[in-house]
Amino acid sequence: MSLGSVPLKYRIQIDRQQCMQCMRCVDNCSYGVFREEDDGNILIDSRKCTACHRCISMCPRDAINLSERPVDYRSHPLWTPEAREDVINQSRSGRIVLAGMGNAKDYPIIYDRLVLDACQVTNPSIDPLREPMELRTYLGQKPSKLDIRKQENGEIELNTKLSPNLELQTPIMIGHMSYGAISLNAQLSLAKAAAKTDTYMGTGEGGLHKDIYPYQDNMIVQVASGRFGVDINYLERGAAIEIKIGQGAKPGIGGHLPGEKVCTDVSCTRMIPAGSDAISPAPHHDIYSIEDLAQLVRGLKEATEWKKPVFVKIAAVHNVAAVAAGIARSSADAVVIDGFRGGTGASPKVFRDNVGIPIEAAIASVDQKLNDQGIRNKVSVIASGGIRNSADVAKSIALGADAVYIGTAALISMGCRVCGNCYRGLCPWGIATQREDLVSRLDPEVESEHVANLINSWTLELSELMGAAGINSIESLRGNRSRLRGYMLDEGTLDVLQVKPVGA
Amino acid sequence: MCGIIGVIDRQKQKMNGSGIKEALSLMNERGSGEGAGYAAYGIYPDFEDCYALHIFFDNLVEPKSKVDDIIQKWGRVVHQEEIPTKEQTNLKRSHVPWRYFFKPYTDLMTGSLTPGEDIVKRLVMEINSSTIEGALVFSSGKNMGVFKAAGWPEDVANFYKIEEYEGYIWLAHNRYPTNTPGWWGGAHPFNLLDWSVVHNGEITSYGTNQRYVESNGYQCTMYTDTEVVAYLFDLLGRHHKLPSEIIVKAMAPPFWDEIDEMEEKERELNKAIRLTYGPALMNGPFAIVVATHDGIVGFTDRIKLRPLVVGEHGSRLYISSEEAAIRTMDPQVEDIHMPGAGEPVIGRVVT
Ligand code: SF4
Ligand code: SF4
Repeated sequence: MSLGSVPLKYRIQIDRQQCMQCMRCVDNCSYGVFREEDDGNILIDSRKCTACHRCISMCPRDAINLSERPVDYRSHPLWTPEAREDVINQSRSGRIVLAGMGNAKDYPIIYDRLVLDACQVTNPSIDPLREPMELRTYLGQKPSKLDIRKQENGEIELNTKLSPNLELQTPIMIGHMSYGAISLNAQLSLAKAAAKTDTYMGTGEGGLHKDIYPYQDNMIVQVASGRFGVDINYLERGAAIEIKIGQGAKPGIGGHLPGEKVCTDVSCTRMIPAGSDAISPAPHHDIYSIEDLAQLVRGLKEATEWKKPVFVKIAAVHNVAAVAAGIARSSADAVVIDGFRGGTGASPKVFRDNVGIPIEAAIASVDQKLNDQGIRNKVSVIASGGIRNSADVAKSIALGADAVYIGTAALISMGCRVCGNCYRGLCPWGIATQREDLVSRLDPEVESEHVANLINSWTLELSELMGAAGINSIESLRGNRSRLRGYMLDEGTLDVLQVKPVGA
Repeated sequence: MCGIIGVIDRQKQKMNGSGIKEALSLMNERGSGEGAGYAAYGIYPDFEDCYALHIFFDNLVEPKSKVDDIIQKWGRVVHQEEIPTKEQTNLKRSHVPWRYFFKPYTDLMTGSLTPGEDIVKRLVMEINSSTIEGALVFSSGKNMGVFKAAGWPEDVANFYKIEEYEGYIWLAHNRYPTNTPGWWGGAHPFNLLDWSVVHNGEITSYGTNQRYVESNGYQCTMYTDTEVVAYLFDLLGRHHKLPSEIIVKAMAPPFWDEIDEMEEKERELNKAIRLTYGPALMNGPFAIVVATHDGIVGFTDRIKLRPLVVGEHGSRLYISSEEAAIRTMDPQVEDIHMPGAGEPVIGRVVT
């Protein structure tokens, strides 16, 4: 007996009266939804649609209409349409369900239940247009104290040497998205934007393409379990090095770049044969314990003559705080925590939606643990995974982060509509694809401007928020949980966040 | 609002409390009659090497016997008595102020470079963090003492007979509370060991500063932001051994734009301070005067959102919210000026 097909996910309709038959939709849709018939008619195959919105944004007549789930199931609170469809699809395929982008389950969003503070009467708010507002952020180890002596002649002597730190003009960085997972044009746009906004971006584990070399001073090069593209040249070019242990979208498992995405250029950058699947193992096979990690950190520092900060990225899992404390005891300069809403090109859906904890709780517990152990200053804390706007940035910092990485938000600013089909390599926006015709749709000059605009506008908003709270320097917002209140958060969560409820 | 004033005689010539009482009362516009206090250094020459623990007891029965127990575990009480007071019609006596002159057994605190101080700090934290109900240590330095209560400055001064004390450094504070009104513990000066603080303003970075001192073994128990200043001074001054101008730089550092323009050596120093002591940076409007046995330092926030005026006369240095208060204390004062934002004004004992 056949299982039959599942109902349509999206229905595309063209208002034929509006349509001028320009065929832009036909040309633009890489998923093959539209087909031009010989008679000039447009045939629609809605089943192929991913809701990437490429056609809709290109249609000069606003003639295209998209509706989600046009076919109803019998409603049931437990057996949602999605639950039913996953069962149907898996009974057919016998496979793991793949998914792109971040966690799509309807968990409460803690950010949306935290509110920020502002000054009234007893202290004046500060106007960032008139007064200096400092967002400059340094990432890296800081000494726990300074040895400063006053000489007989009154001169001040500093006897402590600082370790190398990254200097950012905004606490917003662009997260690791590899060449391979995204196109070179996409990476170039991000790199240009990072340079324009005086911040940094991550290479992901795909090596460093030579076209990115001009922006290498703004790049954090990643060393992940596959070690793709890692050699001394790569390490030396980066401003900092990041060891990736795990990722919020798929904690505990490795990565898989399908061979189709490994074109010649990707293969050279990754240093693997063209067309071969690029598989990152789940663990680093030279890291089976925290001491091994400490060794790798030291090894990378030794290789780069202790000139570069080394970060360690972990997924936010239940004991994230203890792991972070272990990392802080190595020579690492920063811990990157990636919450369970973090994006990805491809992840087994069961991981994406069910493993890990929200970034808000992870920041709070890591910051608290490091603080309790008196080692908070030893490492910087970088948060990522589901940061959508400047308020999320401000709240992350108030919970204890030094800086944040944005990923999905940066992609959206280049056109991405979060359709979640990145793993198919057909991204019609030229982002998550290596198909030349699609990649060429993305103009790095234009898109870098968009990404830079996004970072600049968030930075501006962040200064306004700080000014309203009477704070003129980002370090006074960091870990300042007394400027947050929880709205409709349960006591347990408030306790973890160490935030008082509204009105208290 | 709040009004503050501090004075030091750099030759250590003593002043009795009458002048500062008058100066403080002059700033009644800045207060609300719900809190005032004084700190004076050099007032206990007979017990010079004892820590003078000033404690508010709710009664002398239970809390006191508990305090007796724990302090006697850690040291010897050389002398103790009720702090002499005189009833004032406008001042409701909510506590019994008591003082112990205490010598810690320094060998009990191993692994510390300053065992005496660490024992006293520990006792203060322990008693104040509500383990002992009805007892609050509000002053714990050597040869110095804080006297404070809920009331107008003159009533508080008369209550403690402040004129009878002779000190070479005085701090005083006239409070306009928004938090914890009427609570004696909430009045200034705040003190820990040798450090006393008077503060006008509100610290918007309190959460950050609090976490920083807590991660270094302090506990904030006073429900107000000022105590954190005393702890920061103790941490940076006593433990990290930073000179006072550097402590001020850590709390109210120059802006990055200014640092970028500095000579290399200066720039490195300032950058190191900001990176290392970022969590000690105090934001929000404030003017603060801090005292220890060998000097006072006054400073404001980085954009000077609270007033601070300085006056000098011979060996005396005055720092206050208002020029008029200084002039009341010393009509002959010369050289009145206003320090820049974040700029420390330091008066040191020169003997
Ligand atoms: S893009 Fe719009 S106007 Fe052009 S053919 Fe498609 S539906 Fe018609
Ligand atoms: S990057 Fe492209 S494929 Fe991926 S979600 Fe965005 S639009 Fe869809």
